[in-house]
Amino acid sequence: MTRVLRDIRNNLVEFVRTFGAFQLFFLRLLRHSPAILGTRFGLVIKQVYNTGALSLVIIMVCGLFVGGVLALQAYSNMAVFNAEDWTGVAAHQVLVKELGPVMTAILFAARAGTALTSEIGLMKATDQLSAMEMMAVNPVRRELVPRFLGGVIAMPFLAAIFSAVGLFGAHVVGVELFQVDVGSFWQQIQLIAESEDVNEGIIKSVVFGFAASVIAVWEGYNAMPTAEGVGRATTRTVVITAISILVFDFMITAALI
Amino acid sequence: MGDYSENLIEIHDLKYSRGHRAIFDGLNLTIKRGEITALMGPSGTGKTTLLRLITRQLIPQQGAIFVDGLDISTLSQSELYQLRQRFGMLFQNGALLTDLSVFENVAFPLREHTKLSNRLIRHIVLTKLHAVGLRGAADMMPAQLSGGMARRVALARAMVMDPEILIYDEPFVGLDPISLGVIVRLVRRLNDALGITSIVVSHDVEEIATVADRSFLLSDGKVAASGSPDELRTANSELVRQFMHGMADGPVAFHFDAPGYEEQLLGRDTE
Ligand SMILES: Nc1ncnc2c1ncn2[C@@H]1O[C@H](COP(=O)(O)OP(=O)(O)OP(=O)(O)O)[C@@H](O)[C@H]1O
Ligand SMILES: [Mg+2]
Repeated sequence: MTRVLRDIRNNLVEFVRTFGAFQLFFLRLLRHSPAILGTRFGLVIKQVYNTGALSLVIIMVCGLFVGGVLALQAYSNMAVFNAEDWTGVAAHQVLVKELGPVMTAILFAARAGTALTSEIGLMKATDQLSAMEMMAVNPVRRELVPRFLGGVIAMPFLAAIFSAVGLFGAHVVGVELFQVDVGSFWQQIQLIAESEDVNEGIIKSVVFGFAASVIAVWEGYNAMPTAEGVGRATTRTVVITAISILVFDFMITAALI
Repeated sequence: MGDYSENLIEIHDLKYSRGHRAIFDGLNLTIKRGEITALMGPSGTGKTTLLRLITRQLIPQQGAIFVDGLDISTLSQSELYQLRQRFGMLFQNGALLTDLSVFENVAFPLREHTKLSNRLIRHIVLTKLHAVGLRGAADMMPAQLSGGMARRVALARAMVMDPEILIYDEPFVGLDPISLGVIVRLVRRLNDALGITSIVVSHDVEEIATVADRSFLLSDGKVAASGSPDELRTANSELVRQFMHGMADGPVAFHFDAPGYEEQLLGRDTE
């Protein structure tokens, strides 16, 4: 029994310590960010391209189907009240405020986040980060910060693309399949949707971008420098990002209501 | 503290442990300017660890390390980076940057630290690659190189900034006899022609004998013996003889610390 308690206590201490180190790490990335944006913008662009290109296809495909399924659900519910015209509005609200940012962040973690983690973890395992240290190049600045910024910049765009493609999917289902009048489908969206809805989506995607990127980079940088350690770190990237995104989503939604 | 016009690196009473295992326990060692110093010792004695301590990639629990009169534990990050620019280091496994070509790997320190024109960089890089016999591999990616080739590229990278101190971690492993001869002569020539101080980690008693001015044999966290290769070869300490002549039995245990063999095989729980 005392052993169990001791384990719990040790785990708790370990958790607090890790969380503190994580926050310091985040601050360190932020501290170097302005200089890197100013002087090594090429490195950042390369990473925006990397993460963006990696996730773009999967995000468009998922966006299309999520938009489609939202329209299916919305139509069948709205039809009960003879409010089929509202199909688009329902899909729009859910996409822009919730599923766009959340799904994008989780897909991003699964596709680009894992790649960031394993790249950095492998660089560590093969002494590339130490080699940079020895060449008097700070690996945090040279490798970690550009990857972090790449993710931070790419995420809002990816979320916007997800929502746009999702709306197109809703249009296909609502207008082409269920014959909702095209004019009222889009007019309702214009009437009901407010800029606050879009702002909420943007705020979320920015916050999620920071969270998903810093977690991926952190996990890679702290991976055990072995093949197994890197493998485990990539798994943790997905799990931890997914959990944090959902928690943040709840908190932001609650704060904005 | 000794004479810094002569001693480039001084290590005083160094203690370093990983977990509960003491790797260095009161190590004292001096590396003289302009010489080739060999660090030898059985696998796992901490030769690589010592190199990382000297370059402050690791921080000792106790003891002081002086490089050119500077106590490296007192340096700020930027002072440390300034000092490291005077070092070139060849890692045990090469540690080439895998997303850059061979050419860009060698050019990396130049691009990061200098504002040289592309033409000049190209000139310098190709000269260094030529010296290790790999000018023809400039456009290849590290993944396409063999282990020995990667190590030679890493050597070209280590010397591209014309460092004052070159550190080689096992430079002779995995080289064919021809490249081996070339690399041994290159280490010697860099040292003599450019007045570099070199530290070479190696198990290879033969190669060390031809290239080193002074050797240290590390064992059990201390310097077990030191001297010129000839002195070591003729030393009558049992430990030195065992190592220099490659005998399994002697004061250096071939086996890493372990519970009793019989006990472990019979599966008795030692906890
Ligand atoms: N990351 C680590 N965590 C724990 N122990 C380590 C770690 N790295 C090295 N060690 C231990 O430190 C000791 C010294 O390792 P080091 O790599 O310096 O040996 P070495 O003398 O370079 O050996 P080799 O000739 O095989 O390269 C080893 O016994 C190893 O068990
Ligand atoms: Mg070693």
